Amino acid sequence: MRPLKILLIKEFKQIFRDKTLLPLIFALPLIQLLIIPLAADYEVKNINISIVDNDQSSYSEELTSKVLATGYFKLAGYSHSYKESFKQIETDKADLILEIPQNFEQNLSRNGFEKLFIAVNAINGTKAGLGGSYLSSIIADFNHKINTEIVSTNINSEFKSIEVTSLNWFNPYMNYKIFMVPGILVILVTMVGAYMCGLNIVKEKEIGTIEQINVSPIKKHHYILGKLIPFWIIGIVVFSIGFFIIGWLVYGIIPVGSLLLLYSYLALFLIAILGFGLLVSTYSETQQQAMSVSFFFVMMFILMSGLFTSIDAMPNWAQKIAYANPVTYFIEVMRMVVLKGSGLAHISKHIFIMIGFALLFNTWAIINYRKTS
Amino acid sequence: MQDVIVQNISKSFDDGKVQALDDISFSVEKGELFGLIGPDGAGKTTLFRILTTLLLADCGTASVNDSKVINDYKEIRSKVGYMPGKFSLYQDLTVEENLNFFASIFKTSIKENYSLIEDIYVQLEPFKNRRAGKLSGGMKQKLALCCALIHRPKVLFLDEPTTGVDTVSRKEFWEMLKRLKKEGITILVSTPYMDEANLCERIALIQKGKILSIDTPQKITEKYPDKLFAIKSDNMSGLLKELKKNDKIKSAFSFGEYHHISFNEEYKADHLDSGFLNSDDFKKIEIKSIMPTVEDCFIHLMSIEENYEN
Repeated sequence: MRPLKILLIKEFKQIFRDKTLLPLIFALPLIQLLIIPLAADYEVKNINISIVDNDQSSYSEELTSKVLATGYFKLAGYSHSYKESFKQIETDKADLILEIPQNFEQNLSRNGFEKLFIAVNAINGTKAGLGGSYLSSIIADFNHKINTEIVSTNINSEFKSIEVTSLNWFNPYMNYKIFMVPGILVILVTMVGAYMCGLNIVKEKEIGTIEQINVSPIKKHHYILGKLIPFWIIGIVVFSIGFFIIGWLVYGIIPVGSLLLLYSYLALFLIAILGFGLLVSTYSETQQQAMSVSFFFVMMFILMSGLFTSIDAMPNWAQKIAYANPVTYFIEVMRMVVLKGSGLAHISKHIFIMIGFALLFNTWAIINYRKTS
Repeated sequence: MQDVIVQNISKSFDDGKVQALDDISFSVEKGELFGLIGPDGAGKTTLFRILTTLLLADCGTASVNDSKVINDYKEIRSKVGYMPGKFSLYQDLTVEENLNFFASIFKTSIKENYSLIEDIYVQLEPFKNRRAGKLSGGMKQKLALCCALIHRPKVLFLDEPTTGVDTVSRKEFWEMLKRLKKEGITILVSTPYMDEANLCERIALIQKGKILSIDTPQKITEKYPDKLFAIKSDNMSGLLKELKKNDKIKSAFSFGEYHHISFNEEYKADHLDSGFLNSDDFKKIEIKSIMPTVEDCFIHLMSIEENYEN
């Protein structure tokens, strides 16, 4: 164990002396976790609406005030014609138009039906889709209200309606941050594991110090452990900073599930991802190569992990890639344990798969490491 | 007793396209200061990497201090010291930390072997808290030597230790090697500088992966077959062209401020006049008889090898 201790002391000395790396290790989780969850928000707010009210009745007024009261829509302006409103869309001042026809109120109470016209600028698909459906649901709601009014005044009419009330589990206010922060933490740990360890080994190759180690009686597994352990510890430290200081204190995310389970999975995940870094290092001669290769894979890991986009919404082949990605499993475990409070039994599949990844990456790396030296 | 034995070692790179070492055999006596002399790309570093177990040879056998490089590589690693041509210590650790680190991975301490490195280390001592990366070239090289010596190796491999080092430091370095020799350490040193050959006890001239000659520097120069002359004039480049064309001249090559030439046997040039030159274009001609140096021998052997190949 003595050679390992010597290597670890040396490694930590070097890490703590690195004036670029060290601040990065601690600043990275703080900055990323403070910025990304606030910016990467899928909730669409501030949709600019232009309203053409040809009716000017109490119904049309009630409808428009109902639309604007939701907070999703911002009034770009009232106009007198569709043409005028369309200009606002063309100049990007409005995202959608709601046109209320003449005699809206009259027709509605007399004939029992009337048509409304919605035109949506669909350049930004998400905004268009959400804006359109928000507006439709507001109108449906309005419709329902009028119906009940009519029903209550006219007892003889037989009108049945279904009211849907929903309850949001695990994230009752549908707070996007609560969903994102645990996922971004995983990305941070992935970056520490995939870049830092691999680059560190390649740096020794570049400078030539690895040759000096190779001519010494130090055993290969001691050397590899001497590299993995420091970054394993750093990964856990970075995770803890992000989890407790930012997640808990700033965002108020208190894990529902067991911390021990979470940390055990983190430890396992780090072994797998450090193995990946090690694998990249065995194929690279320079830090530039290692960086480029790791960057490519980490990019794939992040985008195919279900962090930003739901895996269920991916095409079938993409789902297969997503499930061949270790990051996917850790993000799932994070969200399951932190938000749902899942226990060991629920994540046992994830544990076995991660053990598989850890074995695969590390064995492959060690075999290749032997071959090249 | 022979400390390093190399038998029929060959090594090629890039699937045999580059023959780095071609059937090399030699041996080094215990306690000998042995020089491997050859230009860049001759195969010196490859040979050292094979002997220090960093590289496997394609064929052939080698042993260092009675341990085979393939079977007993673990033993070799604990009894050889290797100083690569490129400075390869931890730049972000201090002088003392580097030395301590290398001492401890060899399961020893600075204290234990201080006597061996004392002469060198006293010069480094004022800088012991400086990072290795911030040292001057000469100091880096001294530190590298200390680190290679700290476990009191039986055999020391120095790969181009004096390349890129100033003349004073080079001289100092060879002084150090002589002192180390007295400690009974077998030293293999490679260098592209022919003038350093005379400082070794025995040398091997190596070129394109082949050994041209192995002997003491003295014997190698004695073996030079022809009488050698140095010639100088006001138009040196024109003179060299003329000499190469001249049918009385056997060989001619530039060598510092003189050209070194030897004559074909039938021409007696003992009288040292410039009558063999047909041209009157050269003035201030100066010609003198000289003793061949290792470099002359190297060039001679190289040309024989090339003719043989052609």
